[in-house]
Amino acid sequence: MSTMAEVIEPTAGTISAADLASSQHSRATVGDVTVADPRMTCRGVDVWYGAKQAIKGVSLDIGKHEVVSMIGPSGCGKSTFLRCLNRMNDTIDGCRVTGSIKLDDVDIYDAGLDPVPLRAQVGMVFQKPNPFPKSIYENIAYGPRIHGLTNNKAELDDLVETSLRKAGLWEEVKDRLDQPGTGLSGGQQQRLCIARTIAVSPEVILMDEPCSALDPIATAIIEELIDELREHYSIAIVTHSMQQAARVSQRTAYFHLGDLIEVGETNDIFTNPKHKLTEDYITGRFG
Amino acid sequence: MQAWTLVVFLLATMAVAYHLGRKRAIVRAGGASRIKDLHSLPAYYGLYAALWAGLPALLLMGLWVGLQDQILITLVTASLPPEMLEGLSDGRVGLLINDIKNLATGNIVSMDVTPAIQVAAEQYTRLRGIFQWAMWLAVAAVAIGGLSFAWASTEPRMRARNRVEGAVKVMMIVFSSIAILTTLGIVLSVVFESLRFFDQVSPLEFFFGTRWSPQIALRADQVGASGAFGAIPLFTGTLMVSVIAMLVAVPIGLLSAIYLSEYAARRVRALAKPVIEVLAGIPTVVYGFFAALTVAPFIRSLGASLGLDVASESALAAGLVMGIMIIPFVSSLSDDVINAVPQSLRDGSYALGATQSETIRRVILPAALPGIVGGVLLAVSRAIGETMIVVMAAGLAANLTANPLDSVTTVTVQIVTLLTGDQEFDSAKTLAAFALGLTLFLVTLSLNVIALTVVRKYREQYE
Repeated sequence: MSTMAEVIEPTAGTISAADLASSQHSRATVGDVTVADPRMTCRGVDVWYGAKQAIKGVSLDIGKHEVVSMIGPSGCGKSTFLRCLNRMNDTIDGCRVTGSIKLDDVDIYDAGLDPVPLRAQVGMVFQKPNPFPKSIYENIAYGPRIHGLTNNKAELDDLVETSLRKAGLWEEVKDRLDQPGTGLSGGQQQRLCIARTIAVSPEVILMDEPCSALDPIATAIIEELIDELREHYSIAIVTHSMQQAARVSQRTAYFHLGDLIEVGETNDIFTNPKHKLTEDYITGRFG
Repeated sequence: MQAWTLVVFLLATMAVAYHLGRKRAIVRAGGASRIKDLHSLPAYYGLYAALWAGLPALLLMGLWVGLQDQILITLVTASLPPEMLEGLSDGRVGLLINDIKNLATGNIVSMDVTPAIQVAAEQYTRLRGIFQWAMWLAVAAVAIGGLSFAWASTEPRMRARNRVEGAVKVMMIVFSSIAILTTLGIVLSVVFESLRFFDQVSPLEFFFGTRWSPQIALRADQVGASGAFGAIPLFTGTLMVSVIAMLVAVPIGLLSAIYLSEYAARRVRALAKPVIEVLAGIPTVVYGFFAALTVAPFIRSLGASLGLDVASESALAAGLVMGIMIIPFVSSLSDDVINAVPQSLRDGSYALGATQSETIRRVILPAALPGIVGGVLLAVSRAIGETMIVVMAAGLAANLTANPLDSVTTVTVQIVTLLTGDQEFDSAKTLAAFALGLTLFLVTLSLNVIALTVVRKYREQYE
């Protein structure tokens, strides 16, 4: 029981002991994991790959119109946690998720819920740009087509243009929409993937190290874009760059070996970390 | 002295040379402790000596064996009394020489043995004995000479490794040119024989004629042997059987590939994939009698019960069985290209809320399509060149028909029939096989080239 008490104490408030009952060896999270106006709420999330536990009792809210960044050393489980939020882990053999993850108060792991429409609500941008080997236009039109979002060609054209404009790519590609998306530069490809995600009007966008394969200029453009997107979407971003976390996010969560160690306002985390592990990581003593 | 004893001797010399060369290098370096003064490792000096001992001697031996008979014949012919050769054609002289050789080796002789021939045969035997001894001595001398040269030139600064590697490289070039030259030789021989055929039958008749009846009259009054060489019925027959085969193989192969690579659990896949590939391991002759003895009668009785007239050897039966044979080609190649589509594309599609079937239809199959097309083309060229099944199940009658229930014949079947049994090798009938072979070769070659280009283009897309 001592471990349970240790878990509950610092994150008291909205979390009940029952939420955490399944989690055995988790460490306490420092800071307030909740927000006033949450889009997604995660409580006591455990993830196993076969017999190995990758995430241990993580609770975290993602608020509306905010960017939450997740940082931590490699293998700390931040990407795994991110992939739970739109059930992308379902495609991995032997992956098991317990605990509760809610999107607008609907449990996304509910047995009756179809993960397919969920992924339209919670979009994802990957580490390596992965445009389909189709034209730029078809890359954007793919999502709206499979979800039947538009009624005719003109509406689809409009949607493609708005999506590309929101991703800041329209001016660069408007004259070559029929050319393959794989022919763009790395940064353009990543913005194409963001535009593709925006086109199905998600509520949340998950980004898994979206800039790690890009040069500094392309990175700066994407970071600016993330800041603009915050107006319409909730964004969770995994990053290895602490500067990036500091630049784009309002709140930061620090993961360590499957535990969520500390959550807080980004400024606080970087200027005044409360947990020893967070401080060590931020000051570059390890990781 | 047999030639093989000489080969054994050479191999032994090479082994000795290796050890001598190795030792010599170490000695010249100043003992085992000074090996680092050598340019190359001692083993390279050994190989260097072995190559010098073996290669020139082997080359000489090859040349000698190749030329010996020619020189012997020239010498023996020159010693024959001139009046014996007078007025004889080249062919008759050849026969005479053959008889002399046969007499010398104790085989059956075709003509009366005259004293002159007896003498010539004895001379032939004697000369051959001398030549073999001479070869032994010359080759052994060259081997020893090579070894001594390597021995003398071994010194620490000699770049043995570079020289050995150079020699090995030359050997590899020689061997790979053997493969290329053989292919070239086969193609050229087919081309030349085809040209001889086209001297007798015009290409126009061959490629556009609609009557195939390759029996040629040996006597003027022979009935039913007109010799018509219109290959169109063969081409259409081949086409029909191949199309039926592809209609069976492509859907089954492709769908099973999609199931195995995208839907099947790992254990199902581990079991099903090898089982499907067993189909590729069944000898075609087994497929052949399966088609002729099981499928064809089944189709015939099925057709009879529906009131259809089915030939006992139908294109349908041959095509169906050939299709089954080709399934593993299509499924295994498609499986590979579908698996080669990066997981990131699947993730990207799922992350947009696409279902698995939408992802397969709209992302994976379009991305894999060039590779699948390449695989199918390879399967087509396999179907066109397939012989055994059609020989047994499709029939020999060159019908120009579009009815798959009829008996048809294919290019490969006709090549087999034209060349089976005793044939004269300069009649249009036999030469027709070469023209058919050339056509077949050109078609499958271009299909393979197209297929490989398509597959290669596809590979570049993701690498």
